[in-house]
Amino acid sequence: MLNINNLHVQLEEEDKQILKGVNLTVEPGKVHAIMGPNGSGKSTLSYVLSGKGGYEVTEGSATLDGQDLLEQEAEERAAAGLFLAFQYPVEIPGVGNMTFLRTAVNAQRKARGEDELSAAEFLKEVRAQAKSLKIDAEMLKRPVNVGFSGGEKKRNEILQMAMLQPKMCILDETDSGLDVDAMKLVAEGVNALRSENRGFLVITHYQRLLDHIKPDVVHIMANGRIVKTGGPELALEVENNGYADILAEVG
Amino acid sequence: MVALDQTQVKDGVDQETVDAVREVGGEYKYGWETEIEMEYAPKGVSPDIVRLISEKNEEPEWMTEWRLQAYERWLQKEEPTWAMVNYPKIDFQDIYYYARPKSMEVKPKSLEEVDPKLLATYEKLGIPLREQMILAGVEGAEKAPAEGRKVAVDAVFDSVSIGTTFKEELKAAGVIFCSISEAIRDHPELVKKYLGTVVPVTDNYYATLNSAVFSDGSFVYVPPGVRCPMELSTYFRINAENTGQFERTLIIADKGSYVSYLEGCTAPARDTAQLHAAVVEIIVEEDAEVKYSTVQNWYPGDEDGKGGIYNFVTKRADCRGDRSKVMWTQVETGSAVTWKYPSCILRGEESQGEFYSIAIANNMQQADTGTKMVHLGKNTKSRIVSKGISAGKAQNTYRGLVSMHKKAKDARNYTQCDSLLIGDKCGAHTVPYIEVKNNSARVEHEATTSKVDEDQLFYCRSRGMDEEEAVALVVNGFCKDVLQALPMEFAMEAQQLVAISLEGSVG
Ligand SMILES: Nc1ncnc2c1ncn2[C@@H]1O[C@H](COP(=O)(O)OP(=O)(O)OP(=O)(O)O)[C@@H](O)[C@H]1O
Ligand SMILES: [Mg+2]
Repeated sequence: MLNINNLHVQLEEEDKQILKGVNLTVEPGKVHAIMGPNGSGKSTLSYVLSGKGGYEVTEGSATLDGQDLLEQEAEERAAAGLFLAFQYPVEIPGVGNMTFLRTAVNAQRKARGEDELSAAEFLKEVRAQAKSLKIDAEMLKRPVNVGFSGGEKKRNEILQMAMLQPKMCILDETDSGLDVDAMKLVAEGVNALRSENRGFLVITHYQRLLDHIKPDVVHIMANGRIVKTGGPELALEVENNGYADILAEVG
Repeated sequence: MVALDQTQVKDGVDQETVDAVREVGGEYKYGWETEIEMEYAPKGVSPDIVRLISEKNEEPEWMTEWRLQAYERWLQKEEPTWAMVNYPKIDFQDIYYYARPKSMEVKPKSLEEVDPKLLATYEKLGIPLREQMILAGVEGAEKAPAEGRKVAVDAVFDSVSIGTTFKEELKAAGVIFCSISEAIRDHPELVKKYLGTVVPVTDNYYATLNSAVFSDGSFVYVPPGVRCPMELSTYFRINAENTGQFERTLIIADKGSYVSYLEGCTAPARDTAQLHAAVVEIIVEEDAEVKYSTVQNWYPGDEDGKGGIYNFVTKRADCRGDRSKVMWTQVETGSAVTWKYPSCILRGEESQGEFYSIAIANNMQQADTGTKMVHLGKNTKSRIVSKGISAGKAQNTYRGLVSMHKKAKDARNYTQCDSLLIGDKCGAHTVPYIEVKNNSARVEHEATTSKVDEDQLFYCRSRGMDEEEAVALVVNGFCKDVLQALPMEFAMEAQQLVAISLEGSVG
C-alpha cells in the first residue's frame, strides 16, 4: 500500500541532502519497523511522507494505494488515511484536546464526503478509546499536549490514531519516554488496530517495543538510506551488537 | 472574502459549505446604511455649535458653561502625535458635530413612539429594542443560564440616544440607566458630582474636544449595596456621513454595588473616514465592582485603507474606595485607526484593576492600544493580558503603563502581552512603560511575539484540518484567555469575529 521509491530529499533552506534514495514497500496488514542510528533520517522520512514543509524532494516517489502522496497537501494525505504519531507532539495552548480531536475527525470525514459525527457519537467513541489507553477525562479537557508528561503525550498520539482509524500508521519513536506499563498500553492500542488492510511503519530504537508489537519486516536505516532489511531477528541483532557490524558489512 | 473567491474549491467540498463560509467570512457585515431624514447642525465647531448642542439637549446653564470652558481649553491644545498611527490630517471644521433623525425632534416618550425605521436598524444589527430576554428566557434571570439573561439596552444613533429598555424594572431596583442628556436634566446632582472627575476636561486633546461637543451617551448609577439585576449595554451606531460621534459615558458604582456593562458599535462602510472620540468615566466606590466589556467593530475601511472610523477614545476607571474592583475586557476588530487605553486608577486600598484585550488588525488597519494601571493605594493589584493579532499590512501596538506610587505598598502587577503575526507584511510593537517608586511593589512582565507557529499548523493539518481551519483553531486558542472573561453573548460574537477577521489572511 505504501510505496517509496528511490526517495531523495534535501532541506529547502540549505543544500543539505538527508534522504539519499530510500526504497520501501509496506503491504496491507504488515508491520514494518525501522531502526537506525540518531540522525540517519528516520523522522525526516516520516515528515516528508506526511507533508511537512521545509523539505524538497529532488528525486523519487512515494505513493499510498497508488496515489501520489508528494503532490498532496498534508490534510489530503491525512484524509487519504496516512497518520503520523509524532516523535515530539506539539502543544497547542487554549485548544481543548477534545475540540482538537473532534475537529480533526470531522475534517477528515468531510473531506471523504461522509457525514460529521454527532457530538454524542463522538463522545462515546472518545471515552471508550481513552479508557483503554488509561487517559482520564480530565486530560481530554486540557489544552492539546500542554503540560502533558512525555508519556501522556505519546498516549495522546495513539488516542488520535485510534479515533482517526487511518489506513497507514507511522509511529515515530512512540516508545521513547514511556514507562513499562505505558509501553504495554500503547502496544495494546496498536495491536488493537492491526488488521489485514492496515499497514504500520514503526520507528524505534529498542527491541522492547517490538516484543509487544511483532514486526513482519525490520529495516535498518543509515545515512539517508535503508541499508539492510530482514525479519524480526534483525532487531535482536541490533539490540545485542549495536549498528557497528551491520554498517561495516554494508560499507 | 477575496481569498475564497480566488481559491479553487477543492473536489469533494460541497457547495453549501463553501457558500456558508463565504457568507460568514464576507466583507464587513454591518456596512449598510439606514435611509432616514436627518437634521444637522452646521459643519464645524465653534462656541455657537457648542451652545446649539447644549440647547438641543435642553441642558441647564451650568452644563453649557462647562462645555464652553472645555472648548476654550481645546483651542489651546495640540493634537497628539506620539501614537504609532498614521492618518491624513483631520479638518475639524469639515465635520458635522450634531446629527439626529428628524423623527427624534420631539422626544418619544416610550419605545412604542420611536420611528420604526430606527427600531428596524437595531433589529437588523441583532439588537432588538424590545423588553425581552436575549433568546428564550424565563423569570429569575439571575439563575437562568447565560442565554436566558436579560440585557437592558441604550441605543445611540449618531448624536442621540433613541431609547433605553427595561428602565422601569431597573428603577425598581434603584438603578438609574438612561442617556447622559437625560441624566443631566433629571439627576444634575449626580452628574455635577462625578462628571469630569475621572477624565478631567483638560486630560487630552480628544477628551477635551469631547467635553465641549459630546452629544449623548449613557449614564449608569447603581446605589449602595445593589447588585444590578441585569446586564446593561449601550449600542452605538454611526449612520450619518461626515459626522463625528462624540459620546460620553458615566458609570457610578456606589458602595458595595455591582454592575456589568457591555458596549457594542458599528458603522456603515463609507469611502471617507469618520471620527469617533468618546469618553468613558467609571467611578467605583468602596467594595463595589464594575465589569466593562467592549466589542469594538467599527468599520475598518476597505482593503486599501480607504474610509473607516478613526477611533480616539479615552476610557478610565477610578477605583476610589477600598477593595473596589474594575475589569476592562475588549475585543477590538474594527476601526481604521484605533487610539485607546482603558485605564485604572487604583486609589483605594486593596483595589484591583484588570485589563483583558484582544486586538485584531487586518488589511491596512492600525491599532495603538493598551492600558494604564496607576497604583496609588496599599496592596493594590492589577493584571494585564493583551493579545495583538496582525494580518495583511496592519500595524498593532501595545502601549502600557504600570505605575507604582510611593504609597502603593506591596502593590502587584502582572502583565502578559503576546503578539501574533500572520504573514510578513504586518507589524507588532510592544511599548511597556514601568515606573516603580517603592521597593515593596512587584511588577512582572512577559512579552512574546510569535508567528502562527508552523509546527502547530502542521500538526493540525497532519490530522486532516485544512489551513484555514488550522489557523482559526490555533488563533482561537491563543485568544481564549481573553474570551473567557467576556460575558456569554459577546463571547459567541467575538469567537465569530476572530474567525472572520482572519479568514484567508495567512500570508
Ligand atoms: N530542518 C532541519 N535543519 C537542519 N538539519 C536538519 C533538519 N531536519 C533534519 N536535519 C538533519 O537531518 C538529519 C536526519 O534527521 P532526523 O531527525 O530525520 O534523524 P532521525 O533518524 O529521526 O534521528 P533520531 O533517531 O535522533 O530521532 C540530522 O542530521 C538532522 O540534524
Ligand atoms: Mg527521529
